Parts: sequence; structure tokens; C-alpha cells
Amino acid sequence: MTPTLPLRASVIGGLLLALGAAGAVAAPEKPECIAPAKPGGGFDITCKLAQSGLQESKLIGAPMRVTYMPGGIGAVAYNAIVAQRPADPNALVAFSSGSLLNLAIGKFGQYTASDVRWVASVGTDYGVIAVRADSPLKTLKDLVAALQKDPASVAFGAGGTVGSQDWMKTALVARLAGVNHQGMRYVAFEGGGEAFTALLGGHVQVYSGDVGELAPQIEAGKVHVLAVLADERLPGRLGTLPTAKEQGFELSWPIVRGFYVGPKVSDADYQWWVQTFDKLTADPGFAKLREQRELQPFTKSGAALDAYVKEAVARYAALAREFDLVK
Amino acid sequence: MDTLNYLLQGFGVAFTPLNLALAFAGAFIGTIVGLLPGLGPINGVAILMPIAFAMGLPPESALILLAAVYMGCEYGGRISSILINVPGDAGAIMTAIDGYPMARKGLAGVALSISAWSSFVGGVVATIGLVLFAPLLANWALAFGPAEYFALMVFAIACLGGMVSDRPVKTLLAVLIGLSLACVGVDSNSGVYRFTFNDVHLADGVQFIVVVIGFFSISEILLMLEESSIGQSIIKTTGRKLFNRQEMKETNPSTLASSIGGFFIGVLPGAGATISSAIAYMVTKRVYDKDGSFGKGDIRGVSAPEAANNASATGSFVPMLCLGVPGSGTTTVMMGALALYNITPGPMLFQNQPEIVWGLIASLFVGNVVLLVLNIPLVGFFAKMLTVPNATLVPGIAAASAVGVYSVHATTFDLVLSVAFGVLGYLLRKLQFPMSSLILGFALGDMIEQNLRRALSLSNGEVGILWHSPVSLTLWIGAVAMLVGPPLLRRLRRGRAALAVG
Repeated sequence: MTPTLPLRASVIGGLLLALGAAGAVAAPEKPECIAPAKPGGGFDITCKLAQSGLQESKLIGAPMRVTYMPGGIGAVAYNAIVAQRPADPNALVAFSSGSLLNLAIGKFGQYTASDVRWVASVGTDYGVIAVRADSPLKTLKDLVAALQKDPASVAFGAGGTVGSQDWMKTALVARLAGVNHQGMRYVAFEGGGEAFTALLGGHVQVYSGDVGELAPQIEAGKVHVLAVLADERLPGRLGTLPTAKEQGFELSWPIVRGFYVGPKVSDADYQWWVQTFDKLTADPGFAKLREQRELQPFTKSGAALDAYVKEAVARYAALAREFDLVK
Repeated sequence: MDTLNYLLQGFGVAFTPLNLALAFAGAFIGTIVGLLPGLGPINGVAILMPIAFAMGLPPESALILLAAVYMGCEYGGRISSILINVPGDAGAIMTAIDGYPMARKGLAGVALSISAWSSFVGGVVATIGLVLFAPLLANWALAFGPAEYFALMVFAIACLGGMVSDRPVKTLLAVLIGLSLACVGVDSNSGVYRFTFNDVHLADGVQFIVVVIGFFSISEILLMLEESSIGQSIIKTTGRKLFNRQEMKETNPSTLASSIGGFFIGVLPGAGATISSAIAYMVTKRVYDKDGSFGKGDIRGVSAPEAANNASATGSFVPMLCLGVPGSGTTTVMMGALALYNITPGPMLFQNQPEIVWGLIASLFVGNVVLLVLNIPLVGFFAKMLTVPNATLVPGIAAASAVGVYSVHATTFDLVLSVAFGVLGYLLRKLQFPMSSLILGFALGDMIEQNLRRALSLSNGEVGILWHSPVSLTLWIGAVAMLVGPPLLRRLRRGRAALAVG
């Protein structure tokens, strides 16, 4: 990069000094966060979190743009980055466990998890199984018992298609009850909002989604949470919600959110991003921003994240085979 | 009289100089964004949202600005529909059917002004509905499950019957092309990719905007180019810019009915401006078209869909404010804006932050007045668009369309796809296939299929669920009435006339 103004050079010089270990690599000139969805969803939130975090902590000089590239829960963006912009150090792309699941099922086209460079995760949400406040089902045990008695007595509603994360959670609940996933009733809606409306209207009995997006409705007392799919209770005000584990069920479903860059981004640029996110996630101000977006801590970067992603993809692939999603 | 007090408080918020200025600015920007083909309210709101936040506007002011943009887009969309036969946004597709012929007849000013007026009526009627019945209507939205949505779509299709009369085979073929385009993409009930040819770009199906831009905008450009090569026909505008009292009287009943109907459909999170304006147009045509004047520049065919799409946009605030569920794509983005301020829309909002809710509602009134005041004098200005030579107009439309398409996925794939649709659309239009039927087939096809399959997976395949609830039963009866009513009435009338003669 070639700074044109002396002022700019000194600013970047200062930044370099602050970075220390980063060596001779400077911040990307035109940082861009690609949210592989329409505005307003989880990917958008992930990008906005990075945008405001990096800006407030002054870890990057130039403001970060957020752009949108929806399609196939990240498939379009994945293909665009690998095929068209593999060496662009400016382009950071948001991913979630949902992207990893589709990657595992082979819905990302010809590409695999080794085709990009995983930078850092910034937080996680957890799956939630909820019913309407006046439902006769009070605990996850009730739901499992109802399914065992008659799998067709319960209709699940969610915003994802069959084979999506939301569906996986319900299939796992069915598995707990010893019920075949093909015997359960699952209704796929167009997004969590419509599914939630159907729950309130009594058209479906059980809602499968993410606890973060449901938090306002939980607080308004509209829904009753049967189980949060986390290993431990969540911190803060969501701590009153029971986990599946404490009810005796081995069922956990984190939805990790983070970023990757193209496969041909130089080691130096990649390390710059990794270290920048390490600094960001260590910042107490960032914890507040993350909390505002209803995300829980989940901090991994560089090699650790890469290992996690590959392990998750393998785990999802195994689940997909078990549930006949892939042959 | 709590409501009135709150509303007065709301006007207090809306009438502060800053908020009033924002409503003006938003209304103006919205009209322009709405006018540009391809850019709709979602783009307008998404672009302004970070700016509003960065300017440090308080939440109610930001919301007022965004709501004004939203309303403005619904007003603006009609302008390009009427003048150049290219819908400015999805809600304005039906407006072109009669609006463009009106402009060809030299009545562009009248079409623009009557549609501004009916947009205003739609917006105001819906805002009154919002004030009086918002909490009740939330229950109406909840009553709609998959089976009820399916019945609503059947009703819409039954109304479509009214469009078949001219060229039945071509209309049906156009609908079928639309239906088959709707089949592309992931099938949510099985997770299988259909007709995607292993291309990730088709994973989510063909985007609505790509279809609209292709079949309307690009094909119109091709028609214009053809026209220019054989000499551009100049459309004259008559001196009259404003509709007269006779025309207003003629449109009043259908405008009012469309406003109310549009509002109710807008409240449903699963249906929106496209569906409501289509139903409004087709019902109006069914009821009033006695001499085949619809489609050839009937003023009621312009006012009805415009009233409905504005009412529906306002209606989509109901689920957002009362349930915390977005009522349309645009309100999804607006909820994102509220999240920036740490405000979560939902049942608690009315109690916890009444100044925001009522400030917003009051600003909807203010915004509609501003838009009417802004749009009527501008009629002459917009009508000048007709005198712009094609050499200038066509690149403009092309650029705006390309931006609109590209902004959805940020991939060139969609651009290529929309051009391909444009060429197909050009050929189809040459063969006199109605494009609006194709679009409706596309929009309705997707929803019909999704909702039918949802309903059937709810009932484990038992078909009875489709007409079990009172709501769906009513809609089925309405659909039957739409199909057999008009011909029956005609026969009755003829019979009576024969009797009188005899």
C-alpha cells in the first residue's frame, strides 16, 4: 500500500507501532464485511458487530463497509470469494454454523471447508426449543414424552428448510424420544418471524430457533422456553432458562458466528486480521457490543478456529448421513 | 380516550421542527427511490438507516425518517409505472396496466394526480385503522396459518380469472411461465434443490426483483429501442394536470374499498404490497369493468392498486409494533434499525415506549400529507419525463435497473439472468402475452405451493385443514363468488332487460 498524504502515513505508522508484532503489514485500505444474506438477519448482525467493534476500538483506520450477498446461507458469497476474489485482503465474509452445515451437506458447490481461511469467531447463539406460554408442555421431558406417545401429535415450526439447523434441532429432539425424524411433523416457514407468528396463532405447537432472536419475546412472556440447547445456563437475564442438559438430555446446538477471508490472502494479511480480532475480542467494550446483539462469548481465531470449523463440518456431515440428508 | 391522548402526544413528537424536516426529506428521497425501477423501499430504508444512526438522531426521529422513506417509495413507484410502463417497485406492477395506457392517451397528469390522491387515501385510511384496531388486528394476523394463506391465494387466483377474458390461452401460458420460474430453488419441505443446475446462484430461487426488472424494465427498453429505430412516437400530454370532480367521484368507492382491503392484507406478515395491489386491481376490474375499458386506461384501474399498496405498507407496521414480527421486507430492515437503538419492537413497546409508537403513527399521518402536497405540484414536472428522448431515457432506465438487480445479490449472475428474462419478455410481449399475469403467477405460485405444503404437513396430509377454519371458509366462499358472481349477475341483468323489453 502507498499512503499518499503524510498525515495518513503517520496515522498508519502509529497503528503499525501499536500492532507491533504484525510486522510490515498494515490495515486493509478498504475493509469490507460481506453479509451473505439480505439486510436484517444474523449475518448482518455479525458484520455490524465487527464494524462497530473495530470502529470504536480504533483497530482499523478506514471505516468498514457492510455489503450484502445473499444466497444459500452463504453459498453464493463462498463461491464468489473463492472463485473471484481469492486474494482480496479487504473482504471479510461472515459465516455461521448454518453455513458450515450447508458446507458439510455439499450445498456450497464444489468447495470444501479447506477452500477459505478462517479468521475468527466473535460470538455464539444457542438453539432454543419453545412453546406458547399457555402450552400444556412445560419441560423438554413433556415434549419428549408427547413425541413418544404419538410423534404426529406435535407440529414443529421453524424458519429453516428441512435439512437446516432449525430442522436439525427438531430431528435431534425426535431422536431423544426414539422417534424417526421422518415420522415427526415439521413445517418450514419463510424465516423465524413467520414461524413465530404461527406459534402464537396456534398453528404449530413447538418452535425451533435461536435464543438470541427469541429473547424479546421471552421477556414479553409470550413464549415458554422448554430448553436452551447449551451445555450451561446462559449468563445474565437469560440465565433463568433451563438447558436441555440439566433436564437430562444430551443436546447442545451452538450457532457460532465469525468470519473468513479468501484462500489466496497473504499470510501477513491473514495474520493481521487474526491479531486484530484477538485484540478486539479481548476488549471489554466489545463484550458489551456483543451482549447488545444477544450473542454469547465464543472466541477462537486462526488455527484454533480452523480446527473447530473442520471438526464441526465433520460432525455435521455425520449427522446429515444419519438423517438421510446426504447419500 | 387514552388513544386520543397518546395520538396528540404523538403529534407533539411529529411536529417538532427536526422531525417535520425529516419527514419532508424522507418523503422526497422515498419518492425518488421508489420511482427508480429496481430500487424499492427496502433499498431506501437500508441505505438511510446507517446514515440516520451515524447522524445521532434519536430513535423516534430515525423511525420517522425511515417511515417517510417507506411511504414515499410506495408513492413514487407509480410514477415510472404510469409514464414509462416500468414499475418503480413491486407494489406498482398493477398500476402500469391502466396507468400507461392513460399516459398514452395524453392523460399522464390525470393518472399521476389521481394515483397520488388514492395513495393518500390508502395511507390515511390504513393509519386510522392502525390507531383504532392495531391490537385487535394482531389477532387477525395470528389467525392466518398456512391453510388460511392458501385460501387467500386461491381467492387471489380466482380474482385473476378476471384477467383471462381477453386472451385466455396466452394469459394462462404467461401464468404457467411464472409458476415454473417460482419452482426454482431450495424446496423448503425437503431441503432439495430444484432446477438449480448445481449453481449456487439459484439456491434461493429466482429473485422477485430479477423477474420484475427482466420482464418489465429490460423488455420495455428493448421495445423502446425498436421504436427509436423506426422513429419515436411522441406522446402528447393534455393541458389538464389534475383529475376533475367527475373522475374523483368515479374512483371513490373502489379507492376506499381497496384501501381497507389493502390494509387487512398488509397486516398479514405472509402477504404484502404485491398481493394486495393485485387483488385490489382484479376485484375492481371484476366489479366495474362492464365495457372492457380496463387495461385500456381506466382511471379506476390506476387508483385502486395505488390505494391498496399504500394501505398495505402501513398495515405491515401492525405485526411489527404489536407482535415484534416484521410485516414486510422493509419492516424487517426497520426492526434492524430499532435494534441499533436497543429497542425491540413487540407487545411491550406500546407500554414501555409510547412516544416512539405514537410518534411513528402520527408521523404516518404527517408523511402522507407531506407526500400529497409534494406529489400534486410535481405532476407537471414528472410528466415531462415523457418528452425526454429515448436516447437519454433508455440508458437511465438501464442503469437504474442494473443497480437494482445488482443490489440484491451483488453478483453479475443476476444481471445476466435479468437480461435473459428481458429478451424472453420482449418476445412474449411482441406475441402479446400479458406480463402482469406472468408476474402474478410467479408471486402467487411460490406462496400457494409453500402454504399448501405447510398446511398439509401440519395435518399429516389430511386435506380438510384447508377449509376448516372460519377465515379460510370465508375466503373459499369469496373465491367461488368471484368466479361465478360476475357472469351470473350479467345473465340476471340481461334476463331482466329481456323481460322489460318483452
